[in-house]
Amino acid sequence: MSSTATTTAGLAPPPRWGEPGAVRARLQLTAWSFAYVLLAVPALILTILVTVSLSVAVVGVGLFLLLIFVPLLSRFADVHRAASGRLLGREIPRPQRRRAGSPLKQLKAWVNEPARWRELAWGFMSLSIGWVMAWLALGWFLGVVWYLVFPFVFWVSPDGVFDNNYGFFVLDTQAEAFAEWIFLLVALPLWWYVTPALMHWRALLDEALLAPSRAELTRRVAGLTESRAETIDHSAAEIRRIERDLHDGAQARLVSLGMSLGLAEQKLKEDPDAAALLIQEAREAAGGALGDIRSVVRGIHPPVLADRGLGGAVQALALDLDVPTSVLVDLPGRPPSPVESAVYFAISEALANVVKHAGATRATVELSHDGERLRARVTDNGTGGADPRRGTGLAGLQRRLAAFDGKMVVDSPLGGPTTIELELPCALSSARTMRSSATD
Amino acid sequence: MRVVIGEDHALLRDGLTRLLEASGFTVVAAAADAPGLTAALAQPDVDVAVVDVRMPPTLTDEGLRVAIAARAARPGLPVLVLSQYVEQLYARELLGSGQGGVGYLLKDRVADVAEFVASVRQVAGGGTVLDPEVVAALVSTAGRGSRLDRLTPREAEVLALMAEGRSNSAIAGRLVVTEKAISKHIGNIFDKLDLPLSDDDHRRVLAVVAWLQGE
Repeated sequence: MSSTATTTAGLAPPPRWGEPGAVRARLQLTAWSFAYVLLAVPALILTILVTVSLSVAVVGVGLFLLLIFVPLLSRFADVHRAASGRLLGREIPRPQRRRAGSPLKQLKAWVNEPARWRELAWGFMSLSIGWVMAWLALGWFLGVVWYLVFPFVFWVSPDGVFDNNYGFFVLDTQAEAFAEWIFLLVALPLWWYVTPALMHWRALLDEALLAPSRAELTRRVAGLTESRAETIDHSAAEIRRIERDLHDGAQARLVSLGMSLGLAEQKLKEDPDAAALLIQEAREAAGGALGDIRSVVRGIHPPVLADRGLGGAVQALALDLDVPTSVLVDLPGRPPSPVESAVYFAISEALANVVKHAGATRATVELSHDGERLRARVTDNGTGGADPRRGTGLAGLQRRLAAFDGKMVVDSPLGGPTTIELELPCALSSARTMRSSATD
Repeated sequence: MRVVIGEDHALLRDGLTRLLEASGFTVVAAAADAPGLTAALAQPDVDVAVVDVRMPPTLTDEGLRVAIAARAARPGLPVLVLSQYVEQLYARELLGSGQGGVGYLLKDRVADVAEFVASVRQVAGGGTVLDPEVVAALVSTAGRGSRLDRLTPREAEVLALMAEGRSNSAIAGRLVVTEKAISKHIGNIFDKLDLPLSDDDHRRVLAVVAWLQGE
């Protein structure tokens, strides 16, 4: 694997003899090796299940089984990413996982995902050579323990059970049993030096198969570069629009307000009635300017989003729609503000489409977070046929989400119903629970 | 009439104080943050509160939350909430208890002093005054398969003006019909929304609440 070459640096060797923590570090590594030996059991089961499902995929039932076992294997690989990452002292990143709309599309996506195949290869590795490595690492320790306790075992067991015939020498007395300690001279150094090395190699193997490959990373960087350029273009266009809105709206009205007040000041003495009229005009201009600023602010960052977070803001949005819309929110915290804003505008765009094009009589918005990803699903019972490739609304949405590594899946068969699912990786801040629901 | 003001901008706080005192109110407290407002609203002799939605410490919707909490502690405590923007959601929350004495207006409306003062008095008297912008949003989304579909367009118009806190005579003036016709429309609205018999003022509030909830 190409990645191993770049990753051999980084791991600090375990403390040497005499350094503090040397024994502890080795005991810990031994415990890890034991864990790896045990983990080979689920690895065996999952790898066999995936392999068998693959081979019966033609029958159809295999496809169904794959839908269950492939994610399970990925989850299990995650456990190893965490464990081996710890051993190596650096994070083993997870490859990007794509989510498609329908189960069939999902399977197709997996076929094209090298990471999934590498996970399967890793499964075979971890139950063969990986398992042997873990056993060897553990074995030296077991050897040390065995030779250490051998004289005492010999002592308490009946005569003859633990006699050893070495050909040139037969061990059959208690004194000779203590001579077995000589083997410790071999077992101890082996355990001392080989166990750390074996566990290190095992972790490197895991990393080689489980970390994203160079090709994947290259593709991702290319994608990010493109979406970054689009985001910058988009923000520049937004800023120009805001500038224009303020210039044509609020600023113009404030100028007219100033003029009305100036005129009123002149007329105050000679023609109080005309002055009163001008002051009234000024007041109206002030109201108009405030209205303009309000609508500009709503376009930049809706105040209700700042006040109530994504859940509350989407509920407020739903209330203003012509189509009755239920909102289900299950977010255990608040996403970062830029994500909140992007998802809010995405949902707002999706709902605007529902009202304008779908001919729907009901819509639903669901917001949830699975610990890693924020998911928003907008469903309507309209006529369907929405296509991100036609029309700019949905495509623009997709581009904006791409800046956050987010994805949009549109499922809209002709005749409906339409489901638009957005997904963004993000962490939630604060433990404040925001679970609520509202119906239109 | 004794009024409490909750507004964090010093300029607006002083402006409101001056404006209300010039119109015959006694400003008993002008709080600049949520804890101060909570304390001021706990006084038993407050007749009405004028509260900004955004207040320190977090500058989100503290004012609204304090107002709702105060109304939970003292049901029907008249509160007029002011904001730079209006949301149906907040109007709904304010009126969620089904008690009147609620106002929810854009800050812009303060500029029309006479009307603003009338609104404060109306809220203090247990009425309901919603900003025309909230009402407009309600009008555009009303009738989504609810009891409100039973209203004739004229009755819906009357209900909208009722939500803005207009009196019968004001509504009559606006729609250029007699006050008697308006009372008849209002009677029909009450019937169609299945509102329980009670005094007229309370039924007006309930009609607006029903409308807000979209039932």
